Amino acid sequence: MLTTLTSENFDTTVDCLFGTHNSMTEIVMSQTPPILHGPSEKERKYDRQLRLWAASGQAALESANILLVNSGAGTVGAETLKNLVLPGIGRFAIYDEARVSEADLGVNFFLDDSCLGTSRAQSLTELILELNPDVQGSWYPNEDTKTLDSLLNDSPVFTIIMYTHPIRPEQLSRLEAYGQQHKTPLVAIHSAGFYSYFQINLPGAFPIVDTHPDETATTDLRLLNPWPELVAFAEELTKDIDGLDNFEHGHLPYVVILLYYLEQWKAAHDGNYPTAFKEKAEFRKIVQAAARTNNPEGGEENFEEAAAAVVKTVVRPSLPSGLKEVFEYEHTDPIEQRSGFWLIADAVKKFYEEHQCLPLPGKLPDMKAQSKVYIQLQGIYKAKARKDAAKILEIVQASPGGEHVNPAEVDLFCKNAAFVKLINATGGGATSSGAKISRADRLKAAADREFANDETAAFSLSPLSLLPIYLALQATAHVGLPTATATTTATTNPKAEAEAKQQEAAATADNNDNSGGFNADAILAAVAQAVPGAEKREGVVQAAHEVARAAGGELHNVAALTGGMVAQETIKIVTKQYIPADNTCVYDGIGGRVQVLRL
Amino acid sequence: MASAQVYPASEPARWIYLDRIRTRPGPFTNPDIYSGEQVAAAMETMKILVIGAGGLGCELLKNLALSGFKDIHVIDMDTIDISNLNRQFLFRQADVGKSKAEVAARFVEKRVKGVKITPHNCRIQDFDEDFYMQFQLVVCGLDSIEARRWINATLINMVDEEVEDSYKPLIDGGTEGFKGQARVIFPTVTSCIECQLDMHAPRAAVPLCTLASIPRQPEHCVEWAHVIAWDQEKPFPELDKDDPEHITWLYQKALARAQEFNISGVTYSLTQGVVKNIIPAIAATNSVIAAACCNEALKIASNCAPFLGLPEENYMMYSGNDSVYTYTFKHEKKDDCPVCGQLARDLAVDPAWTLRELVESFAARPEAQLKKPSLRAEGKTLYMQSPPSLEAQTRPNLDKTLTELGLEAGQEIGVTDPAFATVLFKFKLKFKQ
Repeated sequence: MLTTLTSENFDTTVDCLFGTHNSMTEIVMSQTPPILHGPSEKERKYDRQLRLWAASGQAALESANILLVNSGAGTVGAETLKNLVLPGIGRFAIYDEARVSEADLGVNFFLDDSCLGTSRAQSLTELILELNPDVQGSWYPNEDTKTLDSLLNDSPVFTIIMYTHPIRPEQLSRLEAYGQQHKTPLVAIHSAGFYSYFQINLPGAFPIVDTHPDETATTDLRLLNPWPELVAFAEELTKDIDGLDNFEHGHLPYVVILLYYLEQWKAAHDGNYPTAFKEKAEFRKIVQAAARTNNPEGGEENFEEAAAAVVKTVVRPSLPSGLKEVFEYEHTDPIEQRSGFWLIADAVKKFYEEHQCLPLPGKLPDMKAQSKVYIQLQGIYKAKARKDAAKILEIVQASPGGEHVNPAEVDLFCKNAAFVKLINATGGGATSSGAKISRADRLKAAADREFANDETAAFSLSPLSLLPIYLALQATAHVGLPTATATTTATTNPKAEAEAKQQEAAATADNNDNSGGFNADAILAAVAQAVPGAEKREGVVQAAHEVARAAGGELHNVAALTGGMVAQETIKIVTKQYIPADNTCVYDGIGGRVQVLRL
Repeated sequence: MASAQVYPASEPARWIYLDRIRTRPGPFTNPDIYSGEQVAAAMETMKILVIGAGGLGCELLKNLALSGFKDIHVIDMDTIDISNLNRQFLFRQADVGKSKAEVAARFVEKRVKGVKITPHNCRIQDFDEDFYMQFQLVVCGLDSIEARRWINATLINMVDEEVEDSYKPLIDGGTEGFKGQARVIFPTVTSCIECQLDMHAPRAAVPLCTLASIPRQPEHCVEWAHVIAWDQEKPFPELDKDDPEHITWLYQKALARAQEFNISGVTYSLTQGVVKNIIPAIAATNSVIAAACCNEALKIASNCAPFLGLPEENYMMYSGNDSVYTYTFKHEKKDDCPVCGQLARDLAVDPAWTLRELVESFAARPEAQLKKPSLRAEGKTLYMQSPPSLEAQTRPNLDKTLTELGLEAGQEIGVTDPAFATVLFKFKLKFKQ
């Protein structure tokens, strides 16, 4: 939480500003005068991000405990942590067995000459902690905790774990087991040369309510199924529409204009609304023609707004695909099923089945109108939204376990219902029939799909799939790790280890050695194992050569870019705001683009 | 291919990862323009300019220093504010109030051995073409469209077809929240920032009558306090948007007005956001966009892989709001671009407008965005913003209609603006029916 805040009003004011959607908030706002003093030191420091994820998101970040298992060239992990420490995560831990080498200093910004030969975990932790005094960090292995196993056993549960490739297979298995046991999301990251990917492994279905859709998408006016209060308000304002003076006529809110002419339309069309595109075009012309032109302005802005709003707002309520997926989701985990989200989702589903529409979000866009009229109309939408939310709350509370659900959570759901999104709905491979497909088979299926698309890419003008990059990087997921002896000697003789590494690097530079798996043939052989036949494709051969060129080394820019993307995704997962990628994101630093694949 | 020779830089062990890529060709490297043997040495003598030492600028300096550039200059006129610390990672609490360019340069020099960074604590407009001529590449991390347009026009103006060194590639990044873009401009050859201006349209202004008499939104109340109440009451000699006392005054005014009209949602934070036009910014997005820019800089400087700009894609759009999405495409050069094109751009006008209406319309037009335009037509001066004598002489024209001034459809007018001194914006009048 923002601990320096003392005012109870903070949440209220921030929520209002950031459009976090709590109808209680609005009541509180209008009754108590907001605080008059300026923002606190902490609000000032985090101002530019609070405008994105509000106090609720910040509180989630500040209670996050993030583990980075770092390996390989080691930069992408450090860059990711930098982007999480700056906005103020609670704490982090770095597990990294490497000693700082010369090669680290040419690629990693959070190491300098004085770190040569020291524990890379320690040096990274110290220099990253300088970025934000509010954050705590620790490093491993150390004197007390010598292995990844003991770190995982002895630490409080991690909120999220990131690990970088190459990683030792037994460590990877340990992390995956931990992720399943503690329901901790894992993020795999691999950055080499111009290429990178990251893969998010969520422990189960991941619903998001606060998805932050584009403002323009959220208008829901219910013009084709208005409720009595709205109808009465519109009728009152338009009962003598032709007798209104120019000022009043020119300030009718467009919602009222559309409701009035929709009634007229209905009367002339056997009680039917304009629904087909052609009918809407005709209706729009009627609205346009109704504007007065014999006034000094020669037209009316509010009628222009009304005509412009026809296509988007004269619509029947429908069930958005994201929410449909939520309604149709089949639970496999009884504990998950009793969570607040799913209890509310069930209640909204019941509401939808009964009323054939979602609870009203209640937000009224700005439109030309007199202040008083607009505020009244806004009040009618808000009141209806509150009423719908109260109904949902009633259903929730009547269900087993529902008495513990926070009403604010119900409000938030109601305001965002149309944009609720379920990520990883198939829980990492479960099909609708309930059978699990193995990860290997999913990769083969994705390859079939992507390569088939590539056959027509030239005609459809779409770019080629980036799957070859994933395949080539994946082929080196465990290649280039220091030998076991090197790591054991490291703890006793750091200087010697650093030197050995330096020599190894220099040797590579001298004789251009690409051995040890970093040659294109070895990479293609590994690709052939994963996806038979793929190794013959030109794109895959090129990607293999490009990965061999890097030979496990990172380019700082690619590591920084990937670290930025992983940090964005981590923030989205921790705050449960915006929509995380589902589930693999591949970056091509040569073509300058990204592709998300579901693998 | 990948087994080719590595040509190490001065410290081979340190730069091994970079040298493997930049000094050895890959499957996509164009052999006609690439020489691995010369890359490291060439990059060590290259001069590169970074404009802006803020959110993007801090990242740019770090990235370029770790990409093998050794001689970097940075321009920024700003000082460090506490609200920078959530992303501008070269600055600490103790640096608040100091020059961004200087603190950033010193920090990166100290961290990355062997790199020289020269800070310039001033405006880009304080330098002339001779200064910009010394660089081989310019990378921008700016928050102002005006500054981008200025450097774009300056670099395009510097092009001399006879002199190869006069072409300075410009790489530009920008972010907002989880979104951003990176673009590469080869002056006079590819689409330029002015060609792309309409992609960054200014926010529509709220009509004055809404602010004055029929406010409906909390933002309307803030704008009223900012535009109307401040002018009427002048509580301080000049509005300083960074002074909390001034913002508090506006906030209280806006709040009182909101209460009068029963409008909810006016807060200190909203007031500050509207008055300063604050754009949300986070470290993660800056990291993505700055790295995309510097990745292009490395590829352009070394030719070790194809880069954006030539011949196809020159613009990468990035969005992290909903999953991760990029759209990388070719933005076409415009023949009627006032900076890099030859033709006059069409300007839709109503002949019944007064010249004042035309002059005032330039600020909001997405394709023009000129705040202080001076106008000339063939053979006569329509309106000049300065010097004062000429302004007074041409002022009476403002109240005449375009027809009264004898302007005809199809006629060309020339527009200048002090913000872009080197540019003559040419427009062709098109009369609205």
